[in-house]
Amino acid sequence: MQLKPALAVNTNLLLNDRMHGLNPSLKSTKKAFGESLLALGKEDENVVVLCADLNSSTKTDDFAKNFPDRFFQVGIAEQNMAGIAAGLAACGKKVFITSFAAFSPMRNLDQIRVSICFSDLPVIMVGAYAGLSPSADGATAQELEDIAIMRTLPNTVVLSPVDYEQTKKATEASVTLSKPVYMRLCREDTPEITTASTPFDVKKAQTLIEGDDLTIVCTGPICHEAIIATKKLTENGIKPEVINVHTIKPFDKTLLLQSATKTRLVITVEEHQQSGGLGGAVAEILSEEMPTKVLRIGTRDTFGESGTYAQLKNKYGVDSEAIYSLAVNNINKK
Amino acid sequence: MPQYSPANNKFQYCTDKEICTIEKKAVELRESVVEMLVEAGSGHIAGALGTADIFAVLYHKILNIDPKDPHHENRDRFILSNGHICPVWYAVLAQVGFFHKNKLKTLRKLDSGLQGHPRKNSVPGIENSSGSLGQGLSQAIGLALGAKLSELSYRVYCMLGDGEMQEGQVWEALMYAGNKRLNNLTCIIDRNNIQISGYTENVMPLESLREKLEAFNWHVLEVDGHNVEELVNSFNMAKAVFERPTAIVAHTIPGKGADFMEYKFEWHGKVPSAKEAKKALNALRSLEGRIKCYDDE
Repeated sequence: MQLKPALAVNTNLLLNDRMHGLNPSLKSTKKAFGESLLALGKEDENVVVLCADLNSSTKTDDFAKNFPDRFFQVGIAEQNMAGIAAGLAACGKKVFITSFAAFSPMRNLDQIRVSICFSDLPVIMVGAYAGLSPSADGATAQELEDIAIMRTLPNTVVLSPVDYEQTKKATEASVTLSKPVYMRLCREDTPEITTASTPFDVKKAQTLIEGDDLTIVCTGPICHEAIIATKKLTENGIKPEVINVHTIKPFDKTLLLQSATKTRLVITVEEHQQSGGLGGAVAEILSEEMPTKVLRIGTRDTFGESGTYAQLKNKYGVDSEAIYSLAVNNINKK
Repeated sequence: MPQYSPANNKFQYCTDKEICTIEKKAVELRESVVEMLVEAGSGHIAGALGTADIFAVLYHKILNIDPKDPHHENRDRFILSNGHICPVWYAVLAQVGFFHKNKLKTLRKLDSGLQGHPRKNSVPGIENSSGSLGQGLSQAIGLALGAKLSELSYRVYCMLGDGEMQEGQVWEALMYAGNKRLNNLTCIIDRNNIQISGYTENVMPLESLREKLEAFNWHVLEVDGHNVEELVNSFNMAKAVFERPTAIVAHTIPGKGADFMEYKFEWHGKVPSAKEAKKALNALRSLEGRIKCYDDE
C-alpha cells in the first residue's frame, strides 16, 4: 500500500495535531477574547471595557460582572463609544471598545480616525462577527471591508488571529502595544490550529506548513480552509507553504519575501473583499520588492447574503475547494 | 505653583479689578486672532472672536492648570470640539505661557504645531484632536469618567459650537453624560447662531435648545458670553450642581469686536484683507477706554 505524502507541518510552532483533520476541534475566538479580557482585568486595574449593547455577543459579560466600575455600557451609540474611549485612553486607561465589526469600526470610522488614531491613543477596537460569519443575519452584519480600511489608518495596528488560543495571545499583546489596535474576530466556533504552547509575536507571521511549490498566505479562522486545500494538494503532488498572517499591520515582509522567493507563486486567502485587505497588502509588498504572481481569494466586489456559514463560504469562493482549484489551475503558469 | 486637589473644587469669584484684567486679556486675544489669520491667509474668524471672552475667563480664572507642568495628572481638562476656532485657543495658551507668542505667526504653516485644526499634543496644552465636528463632548466624557475612576478631582470643560449640535454624536454624548450624572463635566455651547452656510435657525433649527438639554438631564445656564462676571459666576454655579453635568449656553456675537463682521455668517470661515484687518484692529484697540477699569488703590 502506498503511503500518502505527509504534510510538512512546522513542528517549531507546536500546532494542534488535529488541525488538518476534516473534523477538527472547534472553539470560539470571541470566548477567547472574553476570557483574556477577564484575566487582564484582574491583572491591571487600568483595563476598561466599553460596549454598545452587544456585551453577550462580544463576550464582555464576565468582565462586566467582575469589574462593574470599569465596564461602560454606552447603549447603541458606537460613535460616542469611540470618543469616550479616546478620553479614557488620554488619561492612561487601557481601553477596549467592542461591537460587531460592521458597526465598529465601520459606523464610527470617522470617530476612530480623528478621536483615536490621529491622537495616537491606545484604544483596542474589537470587531467581532467579521467576515461572512454572522451568516444568517445577512449582508449588513457581515463585515468584508474592515481590513482594507483599518490598515490604511496611520498609527494603527491590525490583528486578525487564527483561532481560540491565538486570540487569547493577541488580546494579551494588544494592551502592551500602546497604539490604536484593531482586532477582528469571527462569530462561529472555529478550528483549533494553534495550541497554548504556540509562540506569538506581533512582528512575526507564522509558517504553519512548509512547502516549495506555491505560498498560501492566509489570515483569520479561514486559514483552516487553506490547510484543508493544502492537504489535498499535497496528496496530488503539489506542496504549498502555508503562512498565517495574524498581524496585517505591521506586516512581516521578511517571511513573505523568503517564501515567495522560493515558490514564485502566491495565493492569498481571507474572509474579506478581494481588494485592499490581506491580498492587497501582499500584492503591494511583492510588486515593489519582488514581482511575483499573486492570486487573491476573497469576496469579489460583492455584498454577502443570508445562508449557513459553509454555504456562504462556498458560494462566495472562499473555501478549500476554491483554493484547491486556483492552485491546480495556476501551478504550471508561474 | 497652582494648587491641585482639592483646590479644583473651590469657588473662584472675581474682584472688579480682575474682571477688568480679564476683559483686557480678551481684547488681546482678539487682536492676536486677527493678526494670526491675516498671516496664515486662511482660517475661521467669527467664532474665534466671539469666544475670546470665554477663553480668557477659562484660562485666566477657572482652569486649574500650570503651563510649566502641562501633563499634571490632576490638571483640569479643556476640550475643544469645534476645532476650527482653534486660533483663539492657541492665542490663549501662548498668553498664559504654554509656549512663546512668536509661535502664533506659524499658524497653518508647514511643520508648525499650530495646525489648522487641533491635533492632540501638537503643542503643550492642546488636549484633543478635532476638526471633524461633533466629537469633542464624547472625548470629554471619557476624561470625566477617567477622573472618577482614578479618584482625581479635576474638572473637564468642553466647548461646542452651536452648529455642530446638528451632528448625531453630540446627542449620543448628551444622553450619556446626563444619564451618568457626570457632575465634573461642564459643556460650554457657543450660541452664536451662525454656521458656514447661514444662520442655524435657517439651516437646521436648534431651538428650543434649553428644553432639549434639560430633557437630556443637564443643568442649563444661559449667559451673555461676553460678560466676564456672568461667565465666572456660571462656571462656579456648575461646580455647585451635584447631580448633573452643566451646559452653559453662552450667547455670543460672532465676529465680536470687529463691528463690520459682527452677526454675519459670511465671516464664519473668512479671513479679513489687510485693509479690513487694520479696521478690525483699530476697532479693538479703541476699546481700551471703554473697558471699565479700577485704579490701583
